[in-house]
Amino acid sequence: MVRPYSQSGPWNPWRRLRDLEQEMRRLFGEPDRPRRGVFPPVNIWTNADGAVVTAELPGVDPKDMEIVAVGNTLTLGGQLGAPEFAEGSVWHRRERPSGKFSRSIELPFAIDPDSVEARCRDGVLEIRLQRPEQQKPRKITVQVD
Amino acid sequence: MTDQTPHVEKREKDVPEGVEHLHEGKLFIPPADIVETDSAVLVKADMPGAGAEQVDVTLEQDVLTIHARVGRHDPEGYGLAYSEYETGDYQRVFSLSAEIDADHIDAKISAGVLTLTLPKAKPAQKQIRVQAH
Repeated sequence: MVRPYSQSGPWNPWRRLRDLEQEMRRLFGEPDRPRRGVFPPVNIWTNADGAVVTAELPGVDPKDMEIVAVGNTLTLGGQLGAPEFAEGSVWHRRERPSGKFSRSIELPFAIDPDSVEARCRDGVLEIRLQRPEQQKPRKITVQVD
Repeated sequence: MTDQTPHVEKREKDVPEGVEHLHEGKLFIPPADIVETDSAVLVKADMPGAGAEQVDVTLEQDVLTIHARVGRHDPEGYGLAYSEYETGDYQRVFSLSAEIDADHIDAKISAGVLTLTLPKAKPAQKQIRVQAH
């Protein structure tokens, strides 16, 4: 489980170090590399109302995907197509990932479960989620007496 | 997490020394499965974000090149808060050992996976009738 926004849990010096490393990568325009065994890699886009989570899942049938939003955790699960080639054939390269995957992502806000929309196009999954209405930031006008 | 958990890390294509990059953005090497049967060479390559209009497949002599122009697709009205992967174009060049029937190459792309079927060229056959005197 990966917590891109680690603001809870016990104090962990390694996490601090990892945060620092990611901070450095960001400074140099490098992506925050996922740790090994974490699949799929995600990008998270945010604005005041919610977030967009994207993941590259080429060849995954949307029917085989499971997306669950509970509290502020989003879970993506699914199955990558197994390589299907005729028997007696010779493999020259076998690089495409296969197997089952499941990943949980903790967002910095609660997800309104009714707002979650997922779309898959050309092997790119895009999940749009909103904060609950009462938790959206509000602009407060300062009144002059 | 089990050992079966898939793992990918996009590999960026190195530009050979002396070659200059004339396009913007990143270029990635798509991971591929390649299988050879008696009759054909089958290639599957992961190019997420690419549709049929973005992909080019060329065969020149025995050099097969696959290329896709994907670029960046940033959701409008949002700022990138956390990033584990980058997007860009794809390119990969294969040198084929078998003789390919270039006129009958089949290329399909579905859900970001390019599937190529390259039928092997049949050796030219000519039957010579032996006549009896």
